[in-house]
Amino acid sequence: MRRFKSLLFVTSLFLALSANLYSAGGEAEPIKVDWSFKGLTGKFDRASLQRGFQVYKEVCSSCHSMQYLSYRNLGEPGGPEFSEQEVKAIAASVEITDGPDDQGEMFTRPGRPADKFKNPYPNVKASIAANGGAYPPDMSVLVKARPGGSNYIYSVLVGYEEPPEGVTLDDGVYYNKYMIGNKIKMSSPLSDDIVEYSDGTQASVDQMAKDVTTFLSWAAEPELEERHRTGVKVIIYLILLTTLVYLSMKKIWSRVDTEV
Amino acid sequence: MSDHEYTPKSKAGKWFNDRLPLLTLGAHLTDYPTPKNLNYWWTFGGILTFCLLTQIITGIVLAMHYVAHADLAFASVEHIMRDVNYGWLIRYIHSNGASMFFLAVYIHIFRSLFYGSYKSPREVIWIIGLLIYLLMMAAAFMGYVLPWGQMSFWGATVITNLFSAIPLVGESITTWLWGAYSVDNPTLNRFFSLHYLIPFLILGLVVLHIWALHVPGNNNPVGIDIKKPSKDTVPFHPYITIKDAFALLMFMIIFAGFVFFSPNVLGHSDNYIPANPLVTPAHIVPEWYLLPFYAILRSVPDKLGGVILMFGAIFILFVLPWLDTSKVRSAVFRPIYRQFYWIFVLDVLMLGYMGAMPAEGIYLVLARVGTIYYFAHFIIVMPVVGLLEKTDPIPMSISEPVLTGGADPALARKDNEKI
Repeated sequence: MRRFKSLLFVTSLFLALSANLYSAGGEAEPIKVDWSFKGLTGKFDRASLQRGFQVYKEVCSSCHSMQYLSYRNLGEPGGPEFSEQEVKAIAASVEITDGPDDQGEMFTRPGRPADKFKNPYPNVKASIAANGGAYPPDMSVLVKARPGGSNYIYSVLVGYEEPPEGVTLDDGVYYNKYMIGNKIKMSSPLSDDIVEYSDGTQASVDQMAKDVTTFLSWAAEPELEERHRTGVKVIIYLILLTTLVYLSMKKIWSRVDTEV
Repeated sequence: MSDHEYTPKSKAGKWFNDRLPLLTLGAHLTDYPTPKNLNYWWTFGGILTFCLLTQIITGIVLAMHYVAHADLAFASVEHIMRDVNYGWLIRYIHSNGASMFFLAVYIHIFRSLFYGSYKSPREVIWIIGLLIYLLMMAAAFMGYVLPWGQMSFWGATVITNLFSAIPLVGESITTWLWGAYSVDNPTLNRFFSLHYLIPFLILGLVVLHIWALHVPGNNNPVGIDIKKPSKDTVPFHPYITIKDAFALLMFMIIFAGFVFFSPNVLGHSDNYIPANPLVTPAHIVPEWYLLPFYAILRSVPDKLGGVILMFGAIFILFVLPWLDTSKVRSAVFRPIYRQFYWIFVLDVLMLGYMGAMPAEGIYLVLARVGTIYYFAHFIIVMPVVGLLEKTDPIPMSISEPVLTGGADPALARKDNEKI
């Protein structure tokens, strides 16, 4: 058993080391938010996801694509869980280019739930040209693509400030306390009441930043709730099985004079 | 191979076994006399077999959905994560499985180093094991390239560029490896092909590794040769199988913890940014299990020198059985070597940490000190300590662990020669 404990010790040392291995540069540490989806049984706040989608649609989506999501995902379990009618309406609100038809012509039609989110620009080059030389990153996995994850995205959204003394900014460059390198080519996208929430929630910058970050966190990890649920079951099962095997092992090894 | 003749009971069994002695092999594996004092560090062989099979099975399923093309690879991984049934689970098992595989293999290797399992007569087991480890690194590196994220692309660029340090033919070799004039679609295609091939080579070597093990039998924490079968051994089944199962389940709990609750903590967030040849990441870091070697590579100011030292750090392990001059296997009875062993463990951990840090200032100094010590451990400490050290008394057998008076290691050996 003593040997067994040293095994556990080495493993936990490994875990502690691996968690701290990668760190960022001289920017402020992202604000730690108590997200509902963190922790072993974390779940998304459904209302926040729906509000966050509204912020994405009305604010972010004019520049940022989400090419790996489909409209149907908005109605799937573990996500914003819009009703079937709502999903159809959301999809139908965009014009999708389809084709070629039997005459060989491309045509436009209202979106369907099976369609991918419509890209605001025809291609990456166009998006760069329209945004002062900076590519507005695709938001599908953005939360997983930044070291601080959800905390980082939220912090950048609320981290716009006047530049400190001695920092000069070029035209079209903004100062952000949390952004890697502190310089960002996106102007502060949120301002109070820029969207009107249908559920009556006050659309403060902080509220919108939290809601849209929740939405982006789901978009990056749509499996999160199922993953957490399955994980708890798997680990309980493994612990029970381990206990049974441990008892069997003790019984079998009692036939010889060696401690196991 | 077997210690006794095995005859199947049924007529059909006998008929078959006379033609292909699979049943004899089964009986050998079941009865295989194993030292009864093996501790939990010995359970990692079984755990590693589990890891290999897990990677192969999840990998085969992933390959059904993955597209090895520079324009489509990243999207196909997202397709797996979002649209394939339980695709997220299969991919997270596979990506975290690589880390778990290396965690287990490092424990397995360091166990061998502590208990002298690489020493005579087990040198061939050790060398086959190192070949497996080399192939594992190749497979893991190429697997990490497949999602075609930023770290995939730039990691591949850094590592393949190492070959350009070879004098005269380096540039041509690198171009040949790439199949292009930079890391590009042909590179991704061949990496996928090789990534699929290597695990089966490893599987073949694992068979040889176990075969070579079953010739002399297991080493054990006391490190002495034992009579087999005897009071000191237990049959592999059910004693070792149940113990391996228990350890494997403990391991699976940790594995599941990563997969379900922290699936990306061991990876790098940059790999969720699609590969872009025009944008270099601020820090290019390999996966954690390659970091000590990365630190050695960067600690040398000269590129060719760095490459030689990095590969040297692995190849020196191949001659370890002949660098270690001690007559005693287990560090349990080697009071001086034991301390150097732990310093070496700390040195490798430190090198790993330095590999993750930028190669500048104090990090670079420490990486250089660590590199020098790494080689000094094998070239100076192992031969010298082995010759000068006064070892503790060694027991004659596992059942009588205490022996008063200084024992002659050759005495414990004699027992074996009679078999």
